[in-house]
Amino acid sequence: MSTLATTTFFSEGLLGSQGALVAAAAIGVAFGFFLEKGGFGSSKKLVAVFYMRDFAVLKVMFGAVVTALIGIRVLAAAGAVDLGNWYQMETFLVPQIGAGLLFGMGFVMGGWCPGTAVVGAVSGRWDAIVFLGGAGIGSLIYAGAYPAIEPLTSEGALGVSTLDGVLGVSPGVAALLVIVVALGAFIGSNRLVAWRARRTA
Amino acid sequence: MTSQTLPEPLQPDDPKAARYWNPYLAGIGLGVTLLVSYVVLGAGLGASAPVARAAAEAVHAVAPAAVEANAYMGGWFDDGSPLAHYLVFMVLGVALGGFISARLSRRVRPQVERGPRASVRLRLVMALGGGAVVGFASRLAAGCTSGQALSGSAMLLTGSLAFTAAIFAGGFVSAPLFKKVWR
Repeated sequence: MSTLATTTFFSEGLLGSQGALVAAAAIGVAFGFFLEKGGFGSSKKLVAVFYMRDFAVLKVMFGAVVTALIGIRVLAAAGAVDLGNWYQMETFLVPQIGAGLLFGMGFVMGGWCPGTAVVGAVSGRWDAIVFLGGAGIGSLIYAGAYPAIEPLTSEGALGVSTLDGVLGVSPGVAALLVIVVALGAFIGSNRLVAWRARRTA
Repeated sequence: MTSQTLPEPLQPDDPKAARYWNPYLAGIGLGVTLLVSYVVLGAGLGASAPVARAAAEAVHAVAPAAVEANAYMGGWFDDGSPLAHYLVFMVLGVALGGFISARLSRRVRPQVERGPRASVRLRLVMALGGGAVVGFASRLAAGCTSGQALSGSAMLLTGSLAFTAAIFAGGFVSAPLFKKVWR
């Protein structure tokens, strides 16, 4: 009985079913709504994080991670969900760290990331539409280069790896660590913005 | 003292537009959305895969054989259209939800958003180039800020946490290069 309650579209192999597509669209509406409310329909607001002027990106992102993280741990501890029925991406350290560095550069260069560019596009930002075109081109370049770079894409493979496993602690302790880092980032970013404002005043 | 010197977060240029939400409140809303996605779908959020799939579909219209033979994208055509995917429907929802919010807050305004000293041309060239870098990087990481940084980090996945840290490192280090676009 409990297994029935904790199954997901993913665990049943039904992510392509009509029900899953409708659910995904509804989840997307909420996703886009909160992104826009946070100010992510504006590229100036987004890149301000990298010029240490406005840390909304960091606060919204880490705020979301901490919220979901706590929810996941509480539901899992209560037996209300079975994380084995959830899609967990494998770790490939080398391409993921390299991609992150590139992504950060592309983010400040182009002013958007894929999800926020969609919100920007419907807010009237022509630069967001051009960015999405560029992202499509970048995806095609990757597909074209894939045969040549395929060995690199699995460098540093750790399988499905979690922070608690790497550190040899319980998931709760690892979650607490991420929360502490997020809180430190919130406090530190506020101090940094105040310090910069004083210096440029 | 510290709170007095803390400058105002950026708000819309248009005085008629509503102010943005407190970032922590928007973050909680986004986090609950992510949690619901995991509980219902068994998968997190995503935005870069639909962009790649749309690009594949567009090229497929002119060069079907080449796309179907591609080692990376070819498999997307096994069951028909690559657009018949839950993340494609999610991103359509993102467009609708974003528009509803922007409209309610009077923030829909056609423009090329850029810094005071940047030309439209420079901004659009940078948007195209930055988009290409982000599109490539998202495939290399198997996800973007949505699928890896948000969804994977909330699951404590090692690669997602490393990717997130690398995004901030890459952004901060390269920001001086693009000052002309934004300042």
